[in-house]
Amino acid sequence: MSCGVLAIAEQVNGVFRKVTYEALSEGRRIADGLGCVLSVAVLGSGIKSNSELLGKYGADRILVADDAVLEEYMTDAYTNVVAGIVAKEKPCVIILGASSRGRDLAARLSARLDSPLAMDCVAVRVEAGNVVVTRPMYGGKILAEIMFEGEPRIIAVRPNSMMIAESQKAGEVEVIAADKGSTDLKFIEKKLDTGKVELTEADVVVSGGRGMGGSDYSVIEKLAGIFGGAVGASRSAVDEGWRPHSDQVGQTGKVVSPNLYIACGISGAIQHLAGMSSSKVIVAINKDPEAPIFAKADYGVAGDLFEVVPLITEEIKKVKGI
Amino acid sequence: MEIIVLLKQVPSTESFVGISENGLSVKTDDVKWVINPYDEFAVEEALRVKEAHGGSVTILSTGTEKAVEAIRTALAMGADKGILINDPAACNCDGLQTAKILAAVIKNMPFDLIIAGQRAVDGDNYMVGSAVAEFLNIPAVTMVMKEAIADGRITCNRTVEGGMVVVEAPLPALITTQRGLNEPRYASLPGIMKAKKKPLEIKSLKDIGLDVAGIGATKTKIISLKYPPERKGGKMIAGETAADKAKALVKALHEEAKVV
Repeated sequence: MSCGVLAIAEQVNGVFRKVTYEALSEGRRIADGLGCVLSVAVLGSGIKSNSELLGKYGADRILVADDAVLEEYMTDAYTNVVAGIVAKEKPCVIILGASSRGRDLAARLSARLDSPLAMDCVAVRVEAGNVVVTRPMYGGKILAEIMFEGEPRIIAVRPNSMMIAESQKAGEVEVIAADKGSTDLKFIEKKLDTGKVELTEADVVVSGGRGMGGSDYSVIEKLAGIFGGAVGASRSAVDEGWRPHSDQVGQTGKVVSPNLYIACGISGAIQHLAGMSSSKVIVAINKDPEAPIFAKADYGVAGDLFEVVPLITEEIKKVKGI
Repeated sequence: MEIIVLLKQVPSTESFVGISENGLSVKTDDVKWVINPYDEFAVEEALRVKEAHGGSVTILSTGTEKAVEAIRTALAMGADKGILINDPAACNCDGLQTAKILAAVIKNMPFDLIIAGQRAVDGDNYMVGSAVAEFLNIPAVTMVMKEAIADGRITCNRTVEGGMVVVEAPLPALITTQRGLNEPRYASLPGIMKAKKKPLEIKSLKDIGLDVAGIGATKTKIISLKYPPERKGGKMIAGETAADKAKALVKALHEEAKVV
């Protein structure tokens, strides 16, 4: 049986998102497990030379659809082009990042190809030729192991869940035809805050909740800043108007899985836990020693965050020598 | 403007969801059932579009008979009618199967706009809205925080990492909701009274011209369910002063957890 793994890269303004390297590294592990070739599809405009670096993450083949019409991600054009690549390459596994764009593409592609899709996978293993994925359900209260019926199996990996591994392969760039087909969607504009660290990709997230008492998040921003991390917020802080919706971590916000999550002045409602429980290490700082967040944290500090957080920042600076 | 809202009844966020003895399904006996929070945004947005452009709002759901409660709540908020696909063969469907059922119903209805939640907070699949749009061969814009309709087109602010993208689509189209789109209204008492008299049809797969073959096999098979590993932690950092605690915490993060 011929088989191949096809990873789909995600780039914004010609720069690959971190989750692309994660998906590609996991794609390499799957391809090795199945004993097959890993290809990566790159869609965009003027991205041919940048695409070469994907060989570093284990791609045997780099398929580049370089066309001005693909400059911005649009669901219809991207689905059409990827479906064309799939028809030609006939992969048995498709892997991509479960980002905002990646989820959108994965869902549409799954329906187009009538193929099974597992969204937001946090683990993948190959077992006797079968691919088994693990994905959270019910806001992370339950982990499900999933097997697929039919091919190609589409695996969308949750950002910050798969280990990036470099493994130099031939990674020759092949320019492929991009037929965007008929499309309805029209790109108008984008507004991106490129200076801001993306919550779902950050290695360290420091979040503030009701205990912040207002919109001054400077103590939290300073702590996040020394890590190059991101600032998050609880739902109540967003509801108070202290932080924008895009900063919300929780069931109706973003789901984050950083190496270190520091919850400041957050009580630990289930709504919030659903957005951060898959973090590797959780620290909670709260005035109330009875706050439920402490039961879900690896380390707890009972104290006034405005007093404790700046001291933690100073201590970390000492450890890091900055 | 004929608007269809795709709605799912789900366990509330606060509910404990247990795993059944067979390890393959969840126990839902003790859960409190609510409208999926993202679908509440969808209902609210549909009502606002109707208020601005006229027309009617239909709530469409698949689920058990219990889902009638969720549909009635949406009707009490102001939607005009409800349709529930209730069929033993339509339970335990995966995202693609559910989308096939919903699309089969919608194919025989007039519509200009479909609004769905970006995901249901039970399966967390982020899938059904996009798949319904694909089966209906209409454009979809997901994770919408703001929309405006003019001249048969819908302009949407779509959330992406680090900001947003503005996208325009011709109607009919489907959009999925993102928090920030609106604040859902509560059902008023007169609304609740009126909802009791609003039409709510319950249909089987046969009624909508589908059979088991039509929705296809389950393509994603759950082979096990488990609870995530418990955190050993809850380790409280001791110390006389805030400075002591800060020092002890950073020491633990550096030497023990190795994340600093």
